[in-house]
Amino acid sequence: MAELTLVEAVNRALARAMQDDPAVIVFGEDVGRDGGVFRATEGLVERFGAERVLDTPVAEAAIAGIAIGMAAHGLRPVAEIQFDGFMYSTLDQMVNHASRLRNRTRGRLSCPMVLRAPFGGGIHAPEHHSESPEAMFAHIPGLRVVIPSSPARAYGLLLAAIRDPDPVVFLEPKRSYRALREEVADDGVALALDTCFTLREGSDLTLVSWGAMLGEALAAADALAAQGVSAEVIDVATLKPLDADTITASVARTGRAVIVHEAPLSGGFGAEIAARLAERCLFELRAPVLRVAGYDTVMPLAKLEQHYMPSRERILEAVHEVMRYP
Amino acid sequence: MSISARFEVAFSRFLAPEGNVEQELPAFARERDAVLRLYRAMVLTRSFDTRAVALQRTGRLGTYASSLGQEAVAVGAGDAMQAGDVLVPSFREHGAQWLRGVTLREILQFWGGDERGSCFAAQARDFPVSITVGAHATHAVGVAHAMRYRREANAVVCVFGDGATSKGDVYEAMNIAGAWRSPVVFVVNNNQWAISMPRAAQSAAATLAQKAIAAGIGGEQVDGNDVIAVRHAVAAALQRARAGGGAHLIECLSYRLCDHTTADDASRYRDDAEVSAHWKEDPIARLRTHLGAAWNWSREEEEALQHECNRVVEEAAAAWLATAPQPPRAMFDHLHARLPVALEPQLATLQCHDGGTRAHG
Repeated sequence: MAELTLVEAVNRALARAMQDDPAVIVFGEDVGRDGGVFRATEGLVERFGAERVLDTPVAEAAIAGIAIGMAAHGLRPVAEIQFDGFMYSTLDQMVNHASRLRNRTRGRLSCPMVLRAPFGGGIHAPEHHSESPEAMFAHIPGLRVVIPSSPARAYGLLLAAIRDPDPVVFLEPKRSYRALREEVADDGVALALDTCFTLREGSDLTLVSWGAMLGEALAAADALAAQGVSAEVIDVATLKPLDADTITASVARTGRAVIVHEAPLSGGFGAEIAARLAERCLFELRAPVLRVAGYDTVMPLAKLEQHYMPSRERILEAVHEVMRYP
Repeated sequence: MSISARFEVAFSRFLAPEGNVEQELPAFARERDAVLRLYRAMVLTRSFDTRAVALQRTGRLGTYASSLGQEAVAVGAGDAMQAGDVLVPSFREHGAQWLRGVTLREILQFWGGDERGSCFAAQARDFPVSITVGAHATHAVGVAHAMRYRREANAVVCVFGDGATSKGDVYEAMNIAGAWRSPVVFVVNNNQWAISMPRAAQSAAATLAQKAIAAGIGGEQVDGNDVIAVRHAVAAALQRARAGGGAHLIECLSYRLCDHTTADDASRYRDDAEVSAHWKEDPIARLRTHLGAAWNWSREEEEALQHECNRVVEEAAAAWLATAPQPPRAMFDHLHARLPVALEPQLATLQCHDGGTRAHG
């Protein structure tokens, strides 16, 4: 086993999938010789050749659309969109075509594609390079939305996404790309695409999050432990379809929930989780469900981004608020 | 100053609007059966369009896009294809779909509001109708790349209208098809109108074919009312594409003799006189004149063909009208390969509410 960063784990999963299945093709902007701007595809063109690792012109709608055509014709394309902010150009393709090709043809054609992109803020990137569009994609029937938060889960979830018979939007928290290393067994074992991960068990409240925000949530849980508050931490990981059972079971036990995400508050995916909790465990709740999220503002440029992104302090403040209820 | 690039756009046709042969016919067009096959497909298409519009007017079909006046484009393109090729159509290519094995009943089923109409029992690989304009051009490039990667000696035909050539997707598709030398043939049905926008208002480009040249692939114009010209150009482009010669675009100059769809009223924005004038270029009358001159196509043969086409269409309409709707749960059946557990409660709600069977109008 090797100690890998998240972006290295993505790279290993891509290589493993390509090695296991000749139908897997990787393409996107600068993914070949350059190895991707974050090096997620480094070494792939040397190992698998230019026929399977294709550099595309700068044309995000076409990248998504070409993946649809490839997928419908027997390939397993893994398309990279270079940054989150450029994914909006793919929305027509993903909403109108990728997500519904199977349904439209009653299963005659299908679309086993993965649309990968780095997402989220925190790396002082230029404008349009720090977006969190997961709720938009999670709103689309027929799409899966997957967000890993650790190297091992990035490896297992990406393999699962590539092997899934339907389209998957795979958002990689770029702030976590090189934040930590962990042991990752390059064993070709995929993780389930419909199960949340309980990262830390606790009894007083449940912190629910995904992507890079889990770093803050886990740090908050450490700080809380020192204060004698026991926080359970859940990595949602597969936003769509949502494993509401794991989340509601936890909150039914702890009685308190704080949901943390970087995307803007209103209409964010936290709202969906809060609604599920209200529907399924209202009477087990001891406190209102709180959300700690990005503001309903435009993601600010680098100088202000640390003020936009939910911080450990804001999470702790919300936790102290819900802990006021006995 | 020096010239960095020059380009020309060729225009070709074999049959003049009056039906006379203008230049030596290609080999296939010298065989009666081959030409008759094209003629029959066009007559059938027109009979089908007529019936489909009538079904819509009497409330039995949803909004429908007729191909009246543009039969030669779909039929010429569809007939030029080989079985292993893939059609990625727009929404006015009923003739091509039928030639590719899609049944008239399936086409009615789609426009009648039933997803099973895109199931294509006898055509496994062709794409369903693309209602969104132009996005499917990128799918065609993806299929073409998959063909090459899988060492298939096939090619893709992607059809769209003049309106789609204003879309970025179409340019992105042509550009990448050029860069990758993809085996794809783009066929533009330039019927002169994008709903209410006339061709001149859509683009300042002198031809739509030159947009392909800008993308680094071949572009040419043919008379889209001459089915022999369409078929010849598409077949030649497909042959080059299958042999590794890359992508190509064929702009077929046709005319939309009908409304955009049954939901449209073209008299709001288009002069009747213009439409009447274009009836003189009717692709079916043109080929009929040629059939008469070349092979003494008789009134009796014509009547027999019309009768047969109407019968085939009537049988398809009857079969479709007798088809029971899908049960409501069908909306869940093909959302994913397997229904995610998370969706089971919603399916249960539907089943409980509608008993899973009660059909809504």
